[in-house]
Amino acid sequence: MKFTGKVYKFGSNVDTDAIIPARYLNTFDPDELARHCMEDADADFPNKVKSGDIIVAEKNFGCGSSREHAPIAIKGAGVACVVADSFARIFYRNAINIGLPILESPEAAAAIQEGDEIEVELESGQIRNLRTGEIYKATPFPEFMQEIMARGGLINYVKDTKQ
Amino acid sequence: MGMTISQKILAAHAGKEHVEAGELLNCQLDVILGNDVTAPVAITEFGRLARDHVFAPDSIVLVPDHFTPNKDIKSAEQAKIVRDFARQQGIKNYFEIGQMGIEHCLLPEQGLVVPGDLIIGADSHTCTYGALGAFATGVGSTDMAAAMATGEAWFKVPESIKFVYYGTAPRWVGGKDFILHAIGDIGVDGARYMSMEFTGEAISRLSMDNRFAMANMAIEAGGKNGIIAADEITLAYVKDRAQRPYRIYQSDPDAVYVQTIEYDVSKLEPVVAFPHLPENTRPVSEAGEVWLDQVVIGSCTNGRIEDLAAAAEILKGHKVYSGLRLIILPGTQAIYLEALRRGYIETFIEAGAAVSTPTCGPCLGGHMGILAKGEKALATTNRNFVGRMGHPESEVYLSNPAVAAASAVKGKITPPWEV
Ligand code: SF4
Repeated sequence: MKFTGKVYKFGSNVDTDAIIPARYLNTFDPDELARHCMEDADADFPNKVKSGDIIVAEKNFGCGSSREHAPIAIKGAGVACVVADSFARIFYRNAINIGLPILESPEAAAAIQEGDEIEVELESGQIRNLRTGEIYKATPFPEFMQEIMARGGLINYVKDTKQ
Repeated sequence: MGMTISQKILAAHAGKEHVEAGELLNCQLDVILGNDVTAPVAITEFGRLARDHVFAPDSIVLVPDHFTPNKDIKSAEQAKIVRDFARQQGIKNYFEIGQMGIEHCLLPEQGLVVPGDLIIGADSHTCTYGALGAFATGVGSTDMAAAMATGEAWFKVPESIKFVYYGTAPRWVGGKDFILHAIGDIGVDGARYMSMEFTGEAISRLSMDNRFAMANMAIEAGGKNGIIAADEITLAYVKDRAQRPYRIYQSDPDAVYVQTIEYDVSKLEPVVAFPHLPENTRPVSEAGEVWLDQVVIGSCTNGRIEDLAAAAEILKGHKVYSGLRLIILPGTQAIYLEALRRGYIETFIEAGAAVSTPTCGPCLGGHMGILAKGEKALATTNRNFVGRMGHPESEVYLSNPAVAAASAVKGKITPPWEV
């Protein structure tokens, strides 16, 4: 899978309350959650984000709660992929489980700026900055996780492999 | 090479003699937990698997605690999904309003989680049960769905950081301060993906309520789990509660740790975490003049009987500062009843506090005490992220219950010894 998109850049420790505040957790409808995606980090984000855009963040993206509403909101908003220096553990797991593409790359997180156009290739973990021409490498996923992602998430994986 | 307690529990549940950090395992689960926010998503995902029955109804625990008693129609609909599913699947460990409590206070109290268990919960503070010498970690709703269908989950065996707490803690310093101090030291991602093992003489002396508060906040350091080896204090707690046999594990003397960190607790003061991260810690005496609009005592961190006892001791004979709102939420019905019997509830109401039925409520900015723009609250909860208790421009400070009670009396962040 390959994505090209415009970057929205965030800092370190973007928590799940910033990604989707608890006041909206009385629903799990992706469209409704998307309308409040990243609202407490950038109030204007839900209005300006377009399908295919990419989030790039620094350390510990998605820390805090286990709410799957966070990756659901990001996916629902049309974000193609999240690249971060590192992810908080539960967010990492949830993103893989629901089929939201993510990549861990400290060098990409450090170099990419807001508004850059980047090209992300999931399988190879290669990220290309179309503004500067720079190429960054992401940590490859263990095979087992790649398989979950290739099947479109954990539910499909369980369906296919455990009867 | 030896193993840590966490590694031993994972190995035992994967049917292996030995495991090493980094290994991927498929493990059998003892307990699978969900609440009124995460279970509805899991139930929907479970539906996509097209299976009639969950794998083992008795291993599933469902606790509607976040937006309950339901605050609006949407949250009532979510709670109903959980209630109907429990009925349809014959899940007996579903706790209705009137019997329920905040999940992480309730499960240990009911003996549903025991030493040696492997537990996943679709709630990040599932790590609380590590206080019992169990391996417990938070996951998302899809993991919960898959686990309900198969009774299993995959794990990457974590590396461990060993925390050694030695010395004798001064009065008013407890588990909450031990863990806040550690988070302030290593940061909110200092233990990312790792197991935090709490040891040392100061831990051996710590009561279960204080241990729960510590393990509870492992996630605030990014930890996968927090764990304390079971000892006589643990066994005294589980003896009359355990609903299943339990098993005690100890780390091997030659177990491998990525790091060992030591703290002399005799040098600690009660700790306050400033907005907007739990790592922004300061000793209470260095908090400065922080005037408060609201104080919240409760949550899965500090809603237990000893927490209420500490608050009552300070509030006795005092009044809540004029214009400040003090909200107290006992963690479970049993804790509420015990507080009533001991006269704490009377003390709270006489002081001018609002006392509520158990609920997460304001802890996650759900209901029962939401902050307006610009307001400041001190809470015994575990997170002070932007907007956590309400308006994105409100502020949350974190502390132990004694500091919270003292601050409610004085109107600003105050050490307990000044009341
Ligand atoms: S009390 Fe707060 S932290 Fe604990 S489970 Fe409820 S919302 Fe989560």
